[in-house]
Amino acid sequence: MANARRFEVAFWLCTLLPFVLAPSYLSLASQIAITALFALSLDLILGYAGIVSLGHAAFFGVGAYAAGLIAKNYWSEPLSALLVSGFAAGVLGYALSHIIVRFRHLALIMLTMGFGLLLHEAFNSASAITGGADGLQGFRVPDVLGFKFDMFGRTAYAYSLAVLFVCFLICRRIIHSPFGLALRGIRENATRMPAIGAPSLSHLRKAYTIAALMAGVAGALLTQTTSTVSLDVLSFGRSADVLVILILGGAGRLYGGLIGAVIYMVARDQFSGMNPQYWYFWIGLLLVAVVMFLPNGILGGLSALDKKRQ
Amino acid sequence: MKKLVIVAALAAAFGSAQAQQTVKIGMPLTLSGQFADAAAQMLNGAKTYMKMHGDTVAGKKIELITKDVGGPAPDVAKRLSQELVVRDNVDILAGYVLTPNAMAAGDVSAEAKKFMVVMNAATSVVITKSPYMIRTSVTLPQVMETFGTWAATKGGIKQSYTMVTDYGPGHDSENAFTSAFKAAGGSMAGAVRFPVANPDFSAFVQRAKDIGPESIFIFIPGGAQPAALGKAMAERGIDKKKTRVLGSGETTAEAALKSMGDTALDIITAWHYDYMSSNKLNVAFVKEYNAVSNGRNPDFFSIGGYDGMHAIYETLKKTKGNTDAEAMIAAAKGLKWESPRGPMMIDPETRDVVQNVYIRRVQKVKGELTNVVFDTIPMVKDPAGERRKQAADKK
Amino acid sequence: MLTSAVGVLFDGFAYGMLLFLLSVGLSVTLGMMNFVNLAHCSFAMVGGYATVTLVNRFGWPFLATLPMAFFAGAIISLVLERTLFKRLYRATDLDQCLLTIGIVFISIAAFAWFYTTEQQSARPPEWLRQSIPVGNLNLAGYRLFLIVFGLAVTFLLFFFIEKTRFGAQVRAAVDNQRMARGLGIDVDRAFMLTFALGGGLAGLGGALAIEVVGLDPTFALAYLVYVLIVVAVGGLGSIGGSFAAAVVLGISDMAGKYYFPWLGAFLIYLVMVALLMWRPLGLFGKR
Repeated sequence: MANARRFEVAFWLCTLLPFVLAPSYLSLASQIAITALFALSLDLILGYAGIVSLGHAAFFGVGAYAAGLIAKNYWSEPLSALLVSGFAAGVLGYALSHIIVRFRHLALIMLTMGFGLLLHEAFNSASAITGGADGLQGFRVPDVLGFKFDMFGRTAYAYSLAVLFVCFLICRRIIHSPFGLALRGIRENATRMPAIGAPSLSHLRKAYTIAALMAGVAGALLTQTTSTVSLDVLSFGRSADVLVILILGGAGRLYGGLIGAVIYMVARDQFSGMNPQYWYFWIGLLLVAVVMFLPNGILGGLSALDKKRQ
Repeated sequence: MKKLVIVAALAAAFGSAQAQQTVKIGMPLTLSGQFADAAAQMLNGAKTYMKMHGDTVAGKKIELITKDVGGPAPDVAKRLSQELVVRDNVDILAGYVLTPNAMAAGDVSAEAKKFMVVMNAATSVVITKSPYMIRTSVTLPQVMETFGTWAATKGGIKQSYTMVTDYGPGHDSENAFTSAFKAAGGSMAGAVRFPVANPDFSAFVQRAKDIGPESIFIFIPGGAQPAALGKAMAERGIDKKKTRVLGSGETTAEAALKSMGDTALDIITAWHYDYMSSNKLNVAFVKEYNAVSNGRNPDFFSIGGYDGMHAIYETLKKTKGNTDAEAMIAAAKGLKWESPRGPMMIDPETRDVVQNVYIRRVQKVKGELTNVVFDTIPMVKDPAGERRKQAADKK
Repeated sequence: MLTSAVGVLFDGFAYGMLLFLLSVGLSVTLGMMNFVNLAHCSFAMVGGYATVTLVNRFGWPFLATLPMAFFAGAIISLVLERTLFKRLYRATDLDQCLLTIGIVFISIAAFAWFYTTEQQSARPPEWLRQSIPVGNLNLAGYRLFLIVFGLAVTFLLFFFIEKTRFGAQVRAAVDNQRMARGLGIDVDRAFMLTFALGGGLAGLGGALAIEVVGLDPTFALAYLVYVLIVVAVGGLGSIGGSFAAAVVLGISDMAGKYYFPWLGAFLIYLVMVALLMWRPLGLFGKR
């Protein structure tokens, strides 16, 4: 157990390295941190509650647009806007969860996808409010807690990293709580849980709501650190990407989403830098290689290797 | 904070010591995904210019650094533009196929004070995002309002029915055409919007046929859709002598004409460029372009890239190689030249593109389907930009 | 009024046939082998590009290229199945997702490399492109062809699955793999050949789709959503389900666009959500 603790501390210390080692990559680091938070939120429902969602970007997008609309029409203080945006996404998650948790397997996946696509269309149609395909214009989030969002991305990364860390701690608390154990129980065997008296549907709804809230926070972060938001935050592509990232890192292992985000986005950045027109090829190859050699994602494969050694 | 500034300053100094002799142009483009073809054509246009005019201007070598934005992703576009400025020390930002990406990059151009050339994004407001930005492509109001006015006056059309794709450029075109058409005395029979990912147009075309308007105005993005729409119109038996079909240039682009075949005959379009133009400069351009692009013909993305490079070259000549944004934008304002598309100018006040709008009809010339120009509205300024200027002047 | 309703039905049915051809392979392999193959539309793309190459570069007549599109799809899926997919039959759904998405990415880049990102077209013969006037309507010849072709394929599939011995083996393997093995049925061979059949049908669908929706390297991702909708709504492992779902979706898409154009893209997703909430296992799904 002490070993695991050491790795964790090392991991979080490493997240501070970009400030020193790669100061011109901080904008990328900020977007990685945001994606990691998004993937973490998906892990709550996929890795721990067993709900496979192909529409999680719906919550990311709602949070993103909420933050943008607040900055445009109401106030520009980011931290309070962050909480409100997360709350908005959480409300949507709570509403949808009543439908979602009643389904399993392919129907569940397709329903989540369907809701994501419908929301995307709705935001496209409401272009008077959202700016449609051109994106929301005319807003700026100039600073957070007095620190200006600069061109190097320093403030952006510090902000995103701090929010990621706080949300991570909250997630860890949830996972290790009786609620979290119940979730894992539901994932393992959904039929048995009611037999031992654990109310599974309400547990799933709670988890879904929390995950939606967290995804909304991630979306709001993206809007605030870049002062841009457009329809792609709600796109099917974004939902698919975060799913790929989580599977890549290893679902149900708390750090899977974070590791997956780092690996995928760094690889994508490097590949597209080397070969802007055909980097898809290398990313595809990476995914295939990971699946063939590291089943259950990178963390899963590593832990399997670890077990073999023992 | 101080340490970072020193690191950055050192990097910039080191970079610029090398860059003394090079002008770096950073181009965030949508090289993968749905808009990959547009970006490829734009890049080929830029490369063709460099091939025809050499890669040295005012004693400095021109270097292109391309990055992939992947699609409409303003957060990525902004980050890549920032990285190009901060990490690669580019002197100029250029490219930008899509509006949201250009808008986000405009912030970077304004804040970092970098000369920026928009080679495609066609929404009017883009130009307002940075005082160091020029555009060498087209704006939708420029073409569509002109078309609307022409249709109701010289075109002799009294009534129209608009069919556009349900996204930004579609809405803009619908508004531009409709407002100008009505202002010139026309009336609208109705309007319909297609979903963005729409594979099949037959239902919409049938609706249009049932209404039976005097003319149909269409705006759809390039790619597979124009051909699909053309086929749907032929299948439904839309008689173009009875119902005039008006469209944007993308409706009768090369791939669309090939796919539509004779069903495209008599479609009237308004646009700023066609690769089959017999303009001498264009003939030479197309020939070089075929060589650079492995046999493809240029389209309006290509000419945006080509003229963008021209603007950069001429501006550099005027500033004698000085890449300071203030100097460059001052030199770029009012720049006039003959392009393969015709005469062009960078408006000295709005910094936007001023060019001819051509009215064309699809006809068979020497057995090949061609957009034949039969009317020209010369040196059109972006009307939306003009309206902004007037509103600002009034204050 | 009536004529336009008939027109919508006709167009919707034709579009449905296209969706059916593209989706039926995935429904069967997903239902039979529980293998999540998101690369299914890459097989369609292979078939489409096969036709494009044969027609444009080698001058083949369009109809002659259709069997080749089928074989191209079948061969590619067979190769992938034997080399990669086979090893992941026992892996989790998520891992299968990741693998097949990786393959989709690779296929998109590969086709962009060989064919560029340009829109492709492969024209069917003139006589197929005629419009046939029926009463007040103008029925598109190519769509009529799609309907006839789609129905023919459906009947052939039914015959194959219901009446042949191999078909019986496939059905047994779908219903209960262990039992089927126990009865001495070569389940692996059944899987392999069914996979090839599914891939071949996708390739055929991809080739036929060119005239309706065009072709470029992003096809593999763009149509995945529609195919998944058909498979989910139809029910896994059911040919009849895929047929019904494709027809329902095709017609409601057309009808929606004709009668309620402002609903636009919403309709197909609304229909899917409604149908899945009513029948989570799909219209004809078994499990």
